[in-house]
Amino acid sequence: MTAATYSDGSEPFEFRMLFYDKRYRSITLQIITIVLFMLAVAWLVDNVVQNFRDLGKDFSFGFLFQPASYDINQTLIEYTSRSPHWKAAVVGILNTLLIAFLGCIAATIVGVLIGVARLSQNWLVSRFMTVYIEGFRNVPVLLWILLMSTIFATALPSPRQAPQLLGGALVPTNRGFYLPAFEWGAGSLPLVIIFLLSIVAIIVFRRWARTRQQETGEILPVFWISLALFFLPSLIAFFLLGRPIGLEFAELKGFNYQGGLYVRNSFMALWLALSLYTAAFIAENVRAGIQAISKGQTEASYSLGLPPSRTMNLVILPQALRIIIPPLISQYLNLTKNSSLAIAVGYMDITGTLGGITLNQTGREMECLLLVMGFYLIVSLLISGVMNVYNSAVALKER
Amino acid sequence: MKTKLLTMALGAAAFAGVSTAASAATLDDVKAKGFLQCGVSTGVPGFAFTDDNGDWQGFDPAICRAVAAAVFGDPTAVKFTPTTGKTRFTALASGEVDMLARNTTETFSRDVDLKFSFAPVNYYDGQGFMVRKDLGVDSAKSLDGATICIQTGTTTELNLADYFRANNMNYEPVPIETNAEAQEKYLANACDVYTTDASGLAATRAAFENAADHVILPEIISKEPLAPLVRHGDDQWFDIVKWTVNALITAEEKGVTGANADDMAANSNDPEVRRLLGSEGELGAMFGLEANWALNAIKAGGNYGEIFARYIGEETPVGLARGLNALYTDGGLLYSAPFR
Repeated sequence: MTAATYSDGSEPFEFRMLFYDKRYRSITLQIITIVLFMLAVAWLVDNVVQNFRDLGKDFSFGFLFQPASYDINQTLIEYTSRSPHWKAAVVGILNTLLIAFLGCIAATIVGVLIGVARLSQNWLVSRFMTVYIEGFRNVPVLLWILLMSTIFATALPSPRQAPQLLGGALVPTNRGFYLPAFEWGAGSLPLVIIFLLSIVAIIVFRRWARTRQQETGEILPVFWISLALFFLPSLIAFFLLGRPIGLEFAELKGFNYQGGLYVRNSFMALWLALSLYTAAFIAENVRAGIQAISKGQTEASYSLGLPPSRTMNLVILPQALRIIIPPLISQYLNLTKNSSLAIAVGYMDITGTLGGITLNQTGREMECLLLVMGFYLIVSLLISGVMNVYNSAVALKER
Repeated sequence: MKTKLLTMALGAAAFAGVSTAASAATLDDVKAKGFLQCGVSTGVPGFAFTDDNGDWQGFDPAICRAVAAAVFGDPTAVKFTPTTGKTRFTALASGEVDMLARNTTETFSRDVDLKFSFAPVNYYDGQGFMVRKDLGVDSAKSLDGATICIQTGTTTELNLADYFRANNMNYEPVPIETNAEAQEKYLANACDVYTTDASGLAATRAAFENAADHVILPEIISKEPLAPLVRHGDDQWFDIVKWTVNALITAEEKGVTGANADDMAANSNDPEVRRLLGSEGELGAMFGLEANWALNAIKAGGNYGEIFARYIGEETPVGLARGLNALYTDGGLLYSAPFR
């Protein structure tokens, strides 16, 4: 170290030191950057304010409390065309959350299965999965959504010609699928409580069985006992209480089937396309995670006498999860954000209601888009927050 | 020290009032560009479509061409921008297009709240329903429970909700972006009913292979005065669009056609025709155009009646009768203010 670069901070401050002195240079550059950035932001904001003034528009969220005046097909909460715009937005939010939630679940299940199957020893299975993954990953998801929608609209029959499958329990039409809905009769509450209790019992039993195994080494038939706990108490109670819960089947009345559970094709197309598309990415994450675990782990497990299924479940997957989860978070975020393509098939999500019809009928582009962006931001942050907690739970603990 | 500098930086940024100049007069902008930017729909048979050469044709583009002819004397000095029901207002408000001529209903809130000015109505329409004949429906009142295809972001959407609510009926809306998409869904039987302006229904049905298998129900559930529109706040430009439409209507009233316009300009004895065509007075100069602005506009595609007959009249596949869109002298609603 020479005296030229060394300084004890005692020499007087000079202006050029802002650029030539290492101690100040980084701060100087940061300040210049932040000033430029703030100027750019100020220019943009001012531009917006100016344009609003030129157009004679104001900035207010009062429109949210006016009647929306339009109808929405899929509503999870009570909604009519007289409800205010904010309620239409809530309907859209719930529809977005529904598709995101179910999409993430389906994408995870399909993705894990495909990712594992791609590593199969069977040449046909692994090649087939490769074709699936490359096919879905390399075509824009919008096209998959449109393709699914077109297939449903053209390949399925109209309601009047639709077949009643499974004794009327499933009616596929070119508008949607009709499934039976639950009819909650008197005495259904105790039944639901019994069902929930049996689930609690399963969890307690599995814990107990694990502790017992660790203490005595004895392995109980956990799966079969859990299965019995899941079905038997509820079934017995169901008949003892005189079948309080019935099934309501959809019936053809007038133009369409009425009653039952109606799953629209817009939902099916969006859900299937998003799930299968995202599953292809998740499958690659899973494959990468599994392949990243050293072969020695498998060999060690085999030499301890563990069968292949237990090797996968107890040795490989827990370690692979650490690698799989971080990219999985971003796939969940992608799926949630991609669900905004819903409008292409007429699924009324938040982009379709608040960011679509409300925006259009009220002309409040700025307000609506800010709200929609805020919503996606919050949901994405929540998803990554929850997944980060899970990630830290499975991550390698350094003690 | 650091925080202090940051505060100063923020302060400096806040004071940096970089303002953008407000847009100049639209007419000057259009003249400077050398062409008119006109928003049309993405395609409705008869009303707006591209011909074999890829040029926009139809009842709505004809208005754009007339305005271009009035400004430049050249009906081809137009760039067309296809817009959907959702994008049209943003396109106009942002200045992406200079005017819209695309089946847009004039309403109070679009005029007052969205800040647009509507030129005279160029088509009086109303919302109707189209259904398959084999459904055996003969009235909109029996559409309870039907699945209905509807273009989002339109007044039809709101009328539909109001109509079914008022009649205590239920329906399943299937929101659609464009007319073509609606047609596809309707033909695939994914919806029982397609609803839009009756003119649009007639135009859409005309393009079907088996047009006779579909009926348009007798109920017209709304008033849909369709008019070209411009942004609020530029009266000169608004006047140009407004009086171009008026000129086409007056021309029909006075018997001025695309073919005889030049001759009428030179030889007509009717003072209003002479003022209209610029042989007398200086109406054009009053809003910054040439004296023969209206002559050019009329020569671009003929008068209102000629445009109507060429694209959507009874001789065309669309086959619309003049009805409300006849001149007031023939029992219709078209009534232009006088040229003086």
